[in-house]
Amino acid sequence: MAYALQQLINGISLGMIYGLIAVGYTMVYGIIGMINFAHGDIFMVGAFIALISVVMLVSGGIMDGPAAILIVLLASMAVTALYGWTVERVAYRPLRGSFRLAPLISAIGMSIVLQNYVQVAQGARVKPIEPLLPGGVTVLHVDSFVVQFSYMQMLIIAVTLAVLAVFTWLVTRTPLGRAMRACEQDRKMASLLGIDTDRTISLTFVIGAALAAVAGTMYLLRYGVIDFYIGFLAGVKAFTAAVLGGIGSLPGAVLGGLLIGLIETFWSAYFSVQYKDVAAFSILAIVLIFMPTGLLGRAEVEKV
Amino acid sequence: MSAPMLAIEGAWTRYGAVEALRDVSIEVGQREIVTLVGANGAGKSTLLMTICGAPQAQKGRVLFEGRDITRMPTHEIMRLGLAQVPEGRRVFPRMSVMENLLMGAQVAGHDPKPLLDQVFALFPRLEERQAQRGGTLSGGEQQMLAIGRAMMSKPRLLLLDEPSLGLAPLIVRQIFSAIRDLNEKEGLTVLLVEQNANQALRLAHRGYVLVNGRITLRGSGQELLAMPEVRDAYLGGGH
Repeated sequence: MAYALQQLINGISLGMIYGLIAVGYTMVYGIIGMINFAHGDIFMVGAFIALISVVMLVSGGIMDGPAAILIVLLASMAVTALYGWTVERVAYRPLRGSFRLAPLISAIGMSIVLQNYVQVAQGARVKPIEPLLPGGVTVLHVDSFVVQFSYMQMLIIAVTLAVLAVFTWLVTRTPLGRAMRACEQDRKMASLLGIDTDRTISLTFVIGAALAAVAGTMYLLRYGVIDFYIGFLAGVKAFTAAVLGGIGSLPGAVLGGLLIGLIETFWSAYFSVQYKDVAAFSILAIVLIFMPTGLLGRAEVEKV
Repeated sequence: MSAPMLAIEGAWTRYGAVEALRDVSIEVGQREIVTLVGANGAGKSTLLMTICGAPQAQKGRVLFEGRDITRMPTHEIMRLGLAQVPEGRRVFPRMSVMENLLMGAQVAGHDPKPLLDQVFALFPRLEERQAQRGGTLSGGEQQMLAIGRAMMSKPRLLLLDEPSLGLAPLIVRQIFSAIRDLNEKEGLTVLLVEQNANQALRLAHRGYVLVNGRITLRGSGQELLAMPEVRDAYLGGGH
């Protein structure tokens, strides 16, 4: 029981990170119908920007918990957003109106470019940091087993929920969000209403990258080690989460992320760590057989 | 006629491999209702889309209030004071009626409140359905919504693509009378594209007939209605 509770805490905090990345996949898919394969690497870039910010703060001697984390988070979001914008501008926009596979291939290219760029600029070795927020709360103490809810896990969950709340408000309640949804539903009509669709698409990439940066920062702070290759597996997992939740659905992305995080964690805890990825992807396959549009994907019939 | 609000001068537009418009010239004056009649595939919708720059004319010019808009991007053109109710209505299916209407007002930046009142006065049905999703409306309601959405930008020129298509006669009459009202009371200039030539030409001050991408006839609405070639081709033998 206590063991299961611990796994639940671990699974949710991991799932939140996947969810944040998954939102970026699903948003871009919704608006331009493309899988942005470089998105996992944008997450990795976010983690590295956070790493660089941490190192700079430490060398500057400013290192008091929450404030430092906030600075790191904001710096990572800002710089990573710029990367997201640039990737779209350089690699995808020129291919708009080209055949469907062209931007996909370009995305795979961008993924390789980002990985190699970080590898060359930062070195291939694993980068560790000191924990910024050590310690935690003992939730339960059963026999010799201690259930720990670390401050870092609390932070991940709190930050993720806050970021998702702001993001949901942005998409559902603001003119920018409305324009994004309009572009998703009928881009040509959006431009006939005076919406600059290219700009709206750019902003979608910027927002998606900022969310990936939050995930990257949380990942760095939680696990303490990153390398240039973390974007690949995290990207595949988050993409799986987006598909599981129903690609194009924002709540679906978060739900899918949580599920993947939980499945992976529980599988590792009760069965074998080696097969945790197999478990996550098998669940995906099973869900897709019975619900081809994912858990919250839409299959509604619309009058034309 | 004073300086025209809209002038298309010798436009050629290609649609895929097809020459959809061949040397088309039309004018729409201030506060006029101009109707363009033509069979399916004659290039009517292409003409309206050419005005909006999607696709752009290959040759020739499009002038709006004297300004050359031929090479402007669509979203910039649409900010100059024209609005289109496009073919197929293109209501945003997963947005509420209210959100669809607000989309119309989004870039023009006028206060949406009085505009909403105006649209709801014109189409009370939309007010009843304001929380409903666009995709769940009936065809007639979607048409009303598409017109209402276009009105939300307070346009000076309204481009209407087959507003009567697929609608019951009663609703068509309602929509045509709404167009007449907007023209007479608000001074709205209208370019109307229709297959339903009889009613459309009655409504119009002037009209053009488009055949295979070329303008073949022009005249006042009454003149065109009286022409035997128009009666035979577009009025089903005439009334």
